[in-house]
Amino acid sequence: MNASYEWLREFTDFDLTPEQLRDVITSRAATVEEVISLRADLRDVVVGLVVEARPHPNSDHLWVTKVDAGMGELLDVVCGAPNVQAGSKYPFAPSGSTLPGGLKLERRKIRGETSNGMLCSARELALGTEHDGILTLHTDAAPGTPFLDAFPAGDTRFVVDVLPNRPDLLSHEGLAREISAYTGNDLHMPEHPGMSAAPAFEHGTSDGSTGGVRVSIDEPSACPLYTATVIRGVRIEQSPEWLANRLISIGLRPINNVVDATNYMLHGFGQPMHAFDLDRLRGPEIHVRNARPGERITTLDGVERKLDPTMTVIADADRAQAIAGVIGGSESAVSDATSNILLEVAVFDPRSVRSTRRALGTSTDASYRFERALDAHASAELARYAAALIISLAGGRVDGAPIAVGSPGPSPHQLSLRVSRVAKILGEHVSAPECMRLLGSVGFGVNSGENEMLRVTPPRWRSDVALEVDLIEEVARLRGYDSFSDQLRPFRVGSAPDSPAYVVTRRVTRALVEAGMMEVRPIPFVADAGEHGVRVLNPLAESEALLRTSALQTLARRVEHNFAHMTRNVRLFEVGVVFSRGPDDRIPVERTVTAAVISGDRSPAHFTDPRPAQMDIWDAKWIAETIVRSAFGQSGQSGPELQPNAARDGWDVVHDGSTIGTVGPIPVDAPVWAPPVFGIEIDLTAAFGIVPEPVVYRPLPVTPAAEFDLALLVPADVVAADVARVIRTNSGEMLESLVPFDEFRGAGVGDGYRSIAWRLTFRHPERTLRDKEIEGRRARILRALNEELGVRPRTT
Amino acid sequence: MNELTLQAFEHFVGRFGTEVDTRLREARTAEDVEAIRVEYLGRANGKLTDYQKQIPTFSGEERKLAGQQFNAVKKLIEGRLAETLTELSRVTRLSVPDVDLTMPSRSQFRGAEHPVTVVIEEIVEIFREIGFTVATGPEAETEWYNFTALNFPPDHPAMDMHDTMYLAEDVVLRTHTSPVQIRSLQAGPPPIRVVIPGNVYRLDPFDASHAPMFAQIEGLAVDEGISFVDLKATLTHFATRFFGATRTRFRPSYFPFTEPSAEMDVECRLCKGSGCPACKGTGWMEILGSGMVHPNVLDAAGVDSEKYTGWAFGMGPARIALQRYGIPDIRVLYDSEMRFLGQVAR
Repeated sequence: MNASYEWLREFTDFDLTPEQLRDVITSRAATVEEVISLRADLRDVVVGLVVEARPHPNSDHLWVTKVDAGMGELLDVVCGAPNVQAGSKYPFAPSGSTLPGGLKLERRKIRGETSNGMLCSARELALGTEHDGILTLHTDAAPGTPFLDAFPAGDTRFVVDVLPNRPDLLSHEGLAREISAYTGNDLHMPEHPGMSAAPAFEHGTSDGSTGGVRVSIDEPSACPLYTATVIRGVRIEQSPEWLANRLISIGLRPINNVVDATNYMLHGFGQPMHAFDLDRLRGPEIHVRNARPGERITTLDGVERKLDPTMTVIADADRAQAIAGVIGGSESAVSDATSNILLEVAVFDPRSVRSTRRALGTSTDASYRFERALDAHASAELARYAAALIISLAGGRVDGAPIAVGSPGPSPHQLSLRVSRVAKILGEHVSAPECMRLLGSVGFGVNSGENEMLRVTPPRWRSDVALEVDLIEEVARLRGYDSFSDQLRPFRVGSAPDSPAYVVTRRVTRALVEAGMMEVRPIPFVADAGEHGVRVLNPLAESEALLRTSALQTLARRVEHNFAHMTRNVRLFEVGVVFSRGPDDRIPVERTVTAAVISGDRSPAHFTDPRPAQMDIWDAKWIAETIVRSAFGQSGQSGPELQPNAARDGWDVVHDGSTIGTVGPIPVDAPVWAPPVFGIEIDLTAAFGIVPEPVVYRPLPVTPAAEFDLALLVPADVVAADVARVIRTNSGEMLESLVPFDEFRGAGVGDGYRSIAWRLTFRHPERTLRDKEIEGRRARILRALNEELGVRPRTT
Repeated sequence: MNELTLQAFEHFVGRFGTEVDTRLREARTAEDVEAIRVEYLGRANGKLTDYQKQIPTFSGEERKLAGQQFNAVKKLIEGRLAETLTELSRVTRLSVPDVDLTMPSRSQFRGAEHPVTVVIEEIVEIFREIGFTVATGPEAETEWYNFTALNFPPDHPAMDMHDTMYLAEDVVLRTHTSPVQIRSLQAGPPPIRVVIPGNVYRLDPFDASHAPMFAQIEGLAVDEGISFVDLKATLTHFATRFFGATRTRFRPSYFPFTEPSAEMDVECRLCKGSGCPACKGTGWMEILGSGMVHPNVLDAAGVDSEKYTGWAFGMGPARIALQRYGIPDIRVLYDSEMRFLGQVAR
């Protein structure tokens, strides 16, 4: 909603600067997002004091003056005005500034005398047409004061963010009502020259006629009230300056006196109006009816629109002439040739207008207001005012008694307001008299009932106020939100534990950050999500019409994005949600997963190691283990396992018999220089609610350890895990650690074999192990390996 | 020295191994190492040497075992002494002049949380201190949770504030985290004090200032006796903790699920309230929306709205991240570029 400072003044007096007015409206009613001085083109102009004026030596009509413009030195300025006088103040535009109309002032010589700017006339400042001389300022303002501060000129526009609950603020009258509640000054109808009262309305229920025009409402649900006023003998002309300025001040373009008057009413009072050229209406008749299948209309914006029967139109005897509540048709638009008009002031159903303008894909100032519901009880009175305004502008006379068909509907209900409830919600006692005063200031009817209970009737224009709590909001905002305390009071803490999903995702996020990974939060839409994908019914674009079923799908694209920017070392992870089609095809199944991608160097290059090793599947395995450990805890037995999956050169993450994740190389669209990319994705859902087991301290050993190494020839069909299992079973309790530290194929190792070297560390908790004990174990292990797996020591 | 059992002998002797290890960690010069050697292995009165004299007091198998233990520990200590000397000589070598110490350190790759996560966690931490816990909920929601229970009037312009992506006729990608308010209210009786971080979706084209998915964080406090004063006090406390000492203001706003509704601004950090282009001349920066929970919302969730009252707030951590790092284009937060993530990593 754009509002003009001067326009608001038509409705109520106030002594507030534009900035003060902004703060009043923002703190009490709706946020003023912008305050625009409409004379910003005068921002360079300052108050200049002429200290000295003497005739120009080389001219008989020019003056050479010395001007104090607050710059700390006197400026030489040549001036041609006959009324320049030493000791007087004038608007001064220093060199370098730009005047309205775009003239940029330069320092220059005029007949041999330097001039550092210009003393200005009203016309040069676009403040009027007077050009008899420069504009004398009768002001106390010091030289150098911005001209606009000393001489308020031009209007100020406020851009107000009116939210859907306050349609009453979509007009100057509505905003002025809030201002008058603040200042205490009264709110009145604007007065314009030459206005006299128009005739009163006759009321009909569903049809009637006025000035020779029959009016009927076929669709009362879409149009509860329709008023028509016939005005004959108008002259279509340009609007007078005051009216044109009003519209320009809020960013509208003046068109002609009749159309401008209807726009003035819309923005002044929030009531959309439409003037038809009566002689273009067949019949002449007005029907408010549903559009016919296939019916078409060319609207005021020159667009031919196809209508359907869900839309309501205003039609003459033959065809649609306007789309109800949205936009008029061009055929019956007021033109220079118009001499008779029918003024429509109607109320259209909010939902009906909303569905029509959505179907048409267009929103207008009118539809915006109808959708938010307007004060139907004011419509007839505003129609009278508008008719009087039009006649004052364009002449003509009202033909017959104007007619109002339908009814404005019920008035707002009376509500109860408990003073105790006000205190309960707002936290501070607001007395009954204060509540009454505050509500009364914006038009609520308030009677005090018994037991601190108020009976409140909302004003007709506040259809949003329907509950006690709505009244409490009114009390709060009118008293001022800032008037309430902001001191913390005692409270009870929340008793619900943290969400398990949050707890687990935080644990995983922290662990991956510690592992050197970068967290990302990408958009989860994809172009293809396979047969289980969930489709957005109304996507932004077909390329992002589906929700991903795998987070790696998203991360793979992010890796490509990094490669495209020549970044080869990539370590990204995400904790996010994936979706798949639910059993009833309605609510998708949603799972929280962690996905990670790694590629490139294992560590930053350093001059001691200029070519660091590249990450491979073993790094991926570590990231997967990190995720599993952080999500499921270190419990070991019950947590997920990484099971080799030769088909993908990686692992499946298996938990309780089902696969909850994958680890391995992933395909990306990569440039030739790109290192291999590995991906990990693990469903965290199974971990929700798992509390990691507490770690129990074990006394650190004081006895020495005994170590020995085994180099084993392992047949191709035997895996390391089997070897480790056999070693463990045959080592007894004293085996402290078992690490495969080398793997070798080739020379010295027979075909079909590889050599794996293991380091075994034994320790007795209380004493030093004897060589014999160690020897015994080594023998037992080797025997078991040979018998169970065909694994032999390499050196025997 | 008294005669010892074999077990005590092994215990004491074994302990010297660890003891020497600890001592050697403090050794800085070859002289320090020599002093430790003398203390333990010195021919006269070396701590370990003294135990050698005990060995003959054992008999048979025990004597043999004691000897083995003694030799093993002695060997260990000698090895550690030698290693330490080598290490020390290496350190000494570093200080010779041909090493250019202006060369860069050997670094490691660092990880980091996303800037939006960082902001969310800071917010969560502040609310944790004042008795809030964290709640979460699904991103695909029914219309009932996303709109109806939150008092959105059907087919009303309020719905225009939420351009919605639909997955089925009555299933949406949640347009705000507020459905979790309903879920929290349904989960158990008040007192309820939760903060709700999460991703939300809007049918907005992806451009410099909009994204079809973004993070939100929301808070809800419901109990007997909770009022607008609590809302103002708690959110002002939050603003002070989060932004440092600052002024706040509350102004009327509208959300279907709160009444009264209020927008909270903090003093513009760039101009300190005097008005600048960043705050459109107002001196204030919009930070969050809030309000008293609408009685219809409490009723929809089965909470007695006469008995209980509450307040809620919601804010966009991405906007705070953009302000904090001076990022002009929101898409930077989604690009997942290592270069950006490294730049803003803490």
